[in-house]
Amino acid sequence: MFSFCADPASLGDLAWMACYLTTGKHMAIYTSVFTVLLLLAITAPTALAFGFIGASSARSHFPPLSWIGKAYIAVVRGVPDIAFFLFFVIALDQLFEWIRHEIKCPDWTDSIWQGNDFVVCDIAKLPLGNAPQWVHETYGFMLAVLTFAIVFGAFAANVLYGAMRAVPHNQLETAEAYGMSRRQVYWRILVPQMWVFALPGLSNLWMVLIKATPLLFLLGVEDIVYWARELGGAKTARFTDYPHGDWRMWYFLALLVFYLLFTRVSEIVLDKVMRKLTHGQATLAGEAQRKAA
Amino acid sequence: MSCWDTIADYGLRSIGIGERLLPREGYTLCQQFTLIGSGMIWNIYFGVLALCSGFFLATAVALGKASKKPVLQKASAWFIFLFRGSPLFIQFFFAYFLFLSLKPISPIFDPFTSAWLGALIVLFLNTAAYSGEIFYGALQSVPRGDIEAADAYGMSGWSRFKRVTWPTMLRLAWPAYTNEAIFLFHATTLVYFSGFPAWQQRGDALYYASFFADKTFNPFIPYPILAFYFILLTLCIISLFGLINRRLNRHLPQDARAKMKLKLNVIR
Repeated sequence: MFSFCADPASLGDLAWMACYLTTGKHMAIYTSVFTVLLLLAITAPTALAFGFIGASSARSHFPPLSWIGKAYIAVVRGVPDIAFFLFFVIALDQLFEWIRHEIKCPDWTDSIWQGNDFVVCDIAKLPLGNAPQWVHETYGFMLAVLTFAIVFGAFAANVLYGAMRAVPHNQLETAEAYGMSRRQVYWRILVPQMWVFALPGLSNLWMVLIKATPLLFLLGVEDIVYWARELGGAKTARFTDYPHGDWRMWYFLALLVFYLLFTRVSEIVLDKVMRKLTHGQATLAGEAQRKAA
Repeated sequence: MSCWDTIADYGLRSIGIGERLLPREGYTLCQQFTLIGSGMIWNIYFGVLALCSGFFLATAVALGKASKKPVLQKASAWFIFLFRGSPLFIQFFFAYFLFLSLKPISPIFDPFTSAWLGALIVLFLNTAAYSGEIFYGALQSVPRGDIEAADAYGMSGWSRFKRVTWPTMLRLAWPAYTNEAIFLFHATTLVYFSGFPAWQQRGDALYYASFFADKTFNPFIPYPILAFYFILLTLCIISLFGLINRRLNRHLPQDARAKMKLKLNVIR
């Protein structure tokens, strides 16, 4: 990157390091940090939406719908989430390909399960075999986002379900006494009031979501863990201008520090938000704040 | 080949007893159930040992964080922050490569690079940090009256801790600690995906489940089997911890007992 990097072998330690840390591949690891941030930015609202739908259906008065909602919350809690990650990536991919297969090749007679293979017609493949590289990468990333959203949606559903039940019951009864329909009570009274009760759980969930981002690596996305393993491995002078031993330990130490900083900053910000929201609320924390002032 | 033969061949495959090669054809339901079940041995091994050893360090860390000595207090707080603030996945990777680079220094470090010891140490420290925080919270909410009553009886120091503070702390922390135990068992599935090699394909339940999913291209059979085993394991943990909870609360009247309420904590 720098002009003095033309001949790395002749450089001093500090200059060598500056050149080494700005090679093209290192730029890839820095951009993959943005992949993580992008994942968080897309997943958080999507998971919240999934959670909202899950919690609403668990509260529903129509039994099958409430069973589905409750089962969604319960199953994800009972099984290791990493199993879900590994499962959904393949399952979603096959689901999408199967739907496209049914639409685009209606006259295909063979079974899609042939022995140990999953076969769909060529034009139903996702992404298409002749698609450029970035389409493949984006498709993989979208699958990962959807998987994260489904799994964390269940956790969010659990939090929101608890928060909906925490809203004081007399509030809802008063609304009914005013002649509001069930739908009006839900949207005008319950939903606006539940967020204060949901925030502690949701902020915990945000921390958990941050700590789950390295699992992207298992979903086949080239994220920071992938690059740390790639770049840290021992390199000989034959393949690179910057030969070094096995530095993977240092790369993962850097990742550890990155995540520690990230969670610490989120903790501080969420604390501030919580303090803002509890201000003037009729809860224990709000009362304590009032007394302190 | 009947299912009994398969169980005889693969029932203990994950600890190296039985058939050497993993199945290469058929991939019957019986094979999948047996192998994934045999992988559960490792999940239980990691979970039980980390939980039992971590319990003592967790108590020490909680006491350290609550102590008045600034050195102890800072050290414990940093320990908890370090392991709770970073992903377990990265901790596994870091520990593995740390042990790998320590290996040339002395042959003592040889076993540390294999999962049975290296991953166990990471899980032990990790669960100690998480449960340490739980115990610290419980320690802070031990009722003052209990301590004052103990003082009035002339207890102090060790005997007061052993007879009053510690049991009360455990009683308060137990529901949250049950959660921690469940999620520790879930976290053991990460071990073989994080650098630690599965020597001679001896892996845990998820390792075998993903093996079958890769071979058959069909995730709809191995993962539900894995889910079945884990839900069974979770139910066992809940009932075992429920029994201990009953014993911890045995002196209280029926309606004052802390109900086991499972709350959200999810993964690390």
